[in-house]
Amino acid sequence: MKTPIYFTALLLVAVGLTSCGKSSTAKNERARNAQDTYVAPGEKDEYYLFYSGGHSGQVFVAGIPSMRHITTIPVFAPYPATGYGFDEESKKMMGDYTWGDIHHPGLSQTASKYDGRWLFVNDNANNRIARIDLRDFKTHQILGPIPNSMGNHGSSFITENSEYILCATRFSVPLPKGRVADPKDYEKEFNGMVSGIKVDPKTGELSVGWQILTPPFDWDLGSTGKGPSSGWAFWTSYNTEMAHDVIEANASQKDRDLCAIVNWHVAEKAVADGKVQMMDGVPIIDPGKVPGVMYFIAIGKSPHGMDVDPTGKWIVAGGKLQPSTTVINFEKLQAAINNKAFEGEFRGIPIVKYEAVVEGEVPVGLGPLHTQYDGKGFAYTSMFIDSNITKWKMPPWTDDEKKDLNKVVLDKVTTHFATGHLVVAGSDTANPYGKWLVAMNKLSAGRHVNVGPSQPESSQLIDISGAKMKMVAEAYTEPEPHFAQILKVSEIEPEEVYPKADNKDPNAVWDKENTGVTRTGTKVMAKVIAVRSRFVPDRIDAQVGDDLTIAVTNVEQTRDMIHGFGLVENNVNLVMDPGETKTFHIKLTKPGVFPYYCTNFCSALHQEMQGYLVVSKAGEPLPSAVYRTAAAAAMPGQ
Amino acid sequence: MKNKLSNLLGQEFRFLARPLNLWSRLLLLLSAAAIVAAFFFPLWRMHLVAPQYSDGLDLFIYCYKIVGGGLNGQHLVEINNLNHYIGMASIKQADFLEMRWMPFVFGLIILMILRSVVFGQMGNVVDLFAVYCYFGIFSIGSFWYRLYQYGHNLDPRAPMHITPFTPLLLGTKQIANFRESSYPEWAAYLLLLSVLLIVIAGWLSRKETVA
Repeated sequence: MKTPIYFTALLLVAVGLTSCGKSSTAKNERARNAQDTYVAPGEKDEYYLFYSGGHSGQVFVAGIPSMRHITTIPVFAPYPATGYGFDEESKKMMGDYTWGDIHHPGLSQTASKYDGRWLFVNDNANNRIARIDLRDFKTHQILGPIPNSMGNHGSSFITENSEYILCATRFSVPLPKGRVADPKDYEKEFNGMVSGIKVDPKTGELSVGWQILTPPFDWDLGSTGKGPSSGWAFWTSYNTEMAHDVIEANASQKDRDLCAIVNWHVAEKAVADGKVQMMDGVPIIDPGKVPGVMYFIAIGKSPHGMDVDPTGKWIVAGGKLQPSTTVINFEKLQAAINNKAFEGEFRGIPIVKYEAVVEGEVPVGLGPLHTQYDGKGFAYTSMFIDSNITKWKMPPWTDDEKKDLNKVVLDKVTTHFATGHLVVAGSDTANPYGKWLVAMNKLSAGRHVNVGPSQPESSQLIDISGAKMKMVAEAYTEPEPHFAQILKVSEIEPEEVYPKADNKDPNAVWDKENTGVTRTGTKVMAKVIAVRSRFVPDRIDAQVGDDLTIAVTNVEQTRDMIHGFGLVENNVNLVMDPGETKTFHIKLTKPGVFPYYCTNFCSALHQEMQGYLVVSKAGEPLPSAVYRTAAAAAMPGQ
Repeated sequence: MKNKLSNLLGQEFRFLARPLNLWSRLLLLLSAAAIVAAFFFPLWRMHLVAPQYSDGLDLFIYCYKIVGGGLNGQHLVEINNLNHYIGMASIKQADFLEMRWMPFVFGLIILMILRSVVFGQMGNVVDLFAVYCYFGIFSIGSFWYRLYQYGHNLDPRAPMHITPFTPLLLGTKQIANFRESSYPEWAAYLLLLSVLLIVIAGWLSRKETVA
């Protein structure tokens, strides 16, 4: 009788100890994770995380490991915070559009390494591509809408030395654009396109190089080759069925979809040899007539990612609607192409024999979308349906592993929720940084504090330096990151001030003696300087009917001494960084006195930094007869 | 009494006529070299640190120019930008008359040193020392006066009114949100060295007699 009581007591103590131990272990782990991601005040993150901002039309820059949002780079949408979309230059760049849909940012590369020069982003909505310069983190060019291209989704994939940005269309339409055909004649009348966007090696200037006309499949995600697969590019597609209605179901009928294998060297040569037809000003290659430029491979099912690994030897396609990723051996693919190991053709484009090139189908789980690599022989695939990241071992596999590929699936970490894209630092280079993985989840589903029905997306930081993945931090971003790039902070040194000597704006003025308002007929030009804490001139006179141009130069050469120029009730807000000149043009339609003021807080007397635009009624005398101002009274000390 | 006085004068005359030995002349040459070297370094550095300027703002004063720290001497522009709030005149090199005559005077002193080396008499060294000291003290006084002028001629229409002050010549002090430090730099030490070399040159030949 005595023993059981004694035993029970002992058991209780043991249970108590265990649970005690557990909670303290959990506590320790929290503390460790916090320490790993904590960036103390005054310290800096180790990596930049460039998120695509999706339909916000912007790029978000965050830091790793803190996951803090640091800045926003406006690209396809106006952003009053930096005055983007209000001055003539950025308005001209944006053209007729005030939004875009950024999906896959790509850092420029040299010899398959990030060279820290540019970040390219695509616009899925209006078929454009933009170049952000990493010297100043600003958008410098928007190319497009690209001719003959509809739904620039399969983009921006950079070749090894940034020769091209390769893009493929998500939508097919009758080409050239503007031609009308019945969607019922989809197969016959509609076409997709692969575009080679040329990058000037010195300036980064983008131009349309050539295009390859494709069947109307819906091209999805892709990547470019490197090493042995140098010169090649790969895209998945999800509508080999060529459905034009109820696409959700009709494009999901086949077990496999045709993925594209493109040789851009052959495309370049075809253009040089004149084996092209011009369409809307672009040389178009018909892959049925130019052998070697394009091949197909049938991959299951409605795949999403098609990712080349850092060695360039393996290509992994995400199955999306099948519970596995398909691993293609590039050497076998090369051999199959050389030996013509084809299982058929579609519109003259050979379909490579599946069995001849596929190394295996790895049972990673439900909804595999996108795969990234750490450069140490491991792959990480996002599972949209299972909602996790799955780590698995890349080939070469042992015979034992080949018999049961479940054995190469090594680890899973649950994500919150429904991961779409993921990024491993440097995965698309020959030498990934590894260490960190960011899961970009499509749903945050109330994981954050309640902010009502419009919910942010969630991003989770996973430490992949050990054998087991470890989720250490999470953050929320505005809609909607699709993919991201990670760059080591130490690899670039952006300029924080525009040097005066580099300002080539013809309307830039640096001394108050050169400021002023001049009139030629109804054209009024105001050259203004902004400096702590005043505008010179601080009065501009004009008349209804005038074409008023105001050019404001921020003459400061000091870091973070940014000035704004907000003109009330005229929808104008310029923001000039130190050393920058911005210009806007306005046709004056209403009389009155309109204050202008510095919108970007600059100094203790920021509030006082203001002036007046005086607009007299048409036909009435001007408020002031003198248009060349004496630059107001001399400012004390200036 | 008369004898005593003429003895003393005679002694002094003999002392001033004493020849300089080789060591003294070499040291004088070194002293001239130190002055030449001083042209390549700033004489003085004023360093301003505030929470907003954690790396600090620098002004470097050379004997012939004034240079701001930072890229393209940007710190000078920045300091002037800040000073305009209290109505202080812009610090401009053109306003420093000293910077025009200082190189000339240094040239003169170098000529006097070379003269001492060639003529080789104690009297030359004494002349040299006297002129050099006068010049040194005058320069520091003039520099201080320049600072006084900047700090006391404040524009009454400036946005901020403060009690006139003299910016610090030597030391460290807190002025509003700025901690100002003002200290000599390499060129000042080189000039000090050149004076010391002149003194030592005289000292080493104090007992030389005409052979």
